[in-house]
Amino acid sequence: MGCGRLGAELAGLLEQDGHEIAILDLDKLAFAHLPPSFKGKRVLGDGTDQDTLRKAGAERADAFISATRGDNRNALAAQVAKHVFHIDRVGSVIFDPIREGVYADLGLRTINPTKIEADMLRNAIERD
Amino acid sequence: MFIVIAGAGKVGYQLARALVAQHEILIIESDPGRADFVSEELGGEVVMQGDACDAATMEQAGMERADLVVAVTGEDGNNLTFCQMAKSKFSVPRAVARINNPQNEALFRQLGIDATVSATALILAHIEQELPWQGMIPLLMIQGRGLELVEVRVPADAQVVGRPFRSVFLPQGSLVCLVIDAEGTPRLPTADTIVKADDILLAVTNVENEEGLRSALTSSAS
Repeated sequence: MGCGRLGAELAGLLEQDGHEIAILDLDKLAFAHLPPSFKGKRVLGDGTDQDTLRKAGAERADAFISATRGDNRNALAAQVAKHVFHIDRVGSVIFDPIREGVYADLGLRTINPTKIEADMLRNAIERD
Repeated sequence: MFIVIAGAGKVGYQLARALVAQHEILIIESDPGRADFVSEELGGEVVMQGDACDAATMEQAGMERADLVVAVTGEDGNNLTFCQMAKSKFSVPRAVARINNPQNEALFRQLGIDATVSATALILAHIEQELPWQGMIPLLMIQGRGLELVEVRVPADAQVVGRPFRSVFLPQGSLVCLVIDAEGTPRLPTADTIVKADDILLAVTNVENEEGLRSALTSSAS
């Protein structure tokens, strides 16, 4: 869910690894971020909506990742994926480190780009 | 009680206005213009401008001493995060959320939100009742018991019209608690009370038998 630069890049990588991909976004223009070779399903719609997720194939999905810019939408979609569709592997991008902590405590697998980027920048600087 | 409300839209503002005389209220609103408006109307101490889901803002709001939080923004994601943060990070005892997408109601309850209010579902039910097939309005979920309170209007051609309640067969777990006749007089039904056309019945039913109850009270004689 989320076809920004991050979501589109991830979709391309996972497809190269041989996975079947469906990607959702509210904005049709966002699909332009996808690599030209992308063959997966593009679903225009709200990824926090259960009918939209069903249309994207959530009922037979093995994994779900929410990667929009909105922490709260990502957390909602991930919890729908986990508790309504019972998808085994659910990951959610949460930019706010404190919110990420709360959701990790509640059992979501969270990825925090802010912390990862800060860490990489620190390493890059300290290496010099 | 100290009540913190997320969102100063129409719902949040009217809610605060209704509660502010008896309770200590704080509304957190992200839009500065809207926050200014509410501050003019209800007083500056009632409003805080900021992101209701931001931990620093929540701390500044005094969240750890809140008795109740109410999330009424137009986004279910925001409402859920606000309630989950309040409960798990600030140990707020009770959280109520507005549901914008009716499909999220069951999920919110499963995730520990104590009460949910779905205006969309309520409005939909009201509109549906105006449609030719007479319906039923779900009024209230009774949390944790799997029961709901519903309103049913008895159509003129319903087979129950003219019969006493003793011979009206309702699904298991369903009970008619109040009868309001066409003149607006409320009565507790007894076994001998006769069902009349246009009666409004308030009934409690378990959620699975909602359709059975509707059909028992509204199906036509033919």
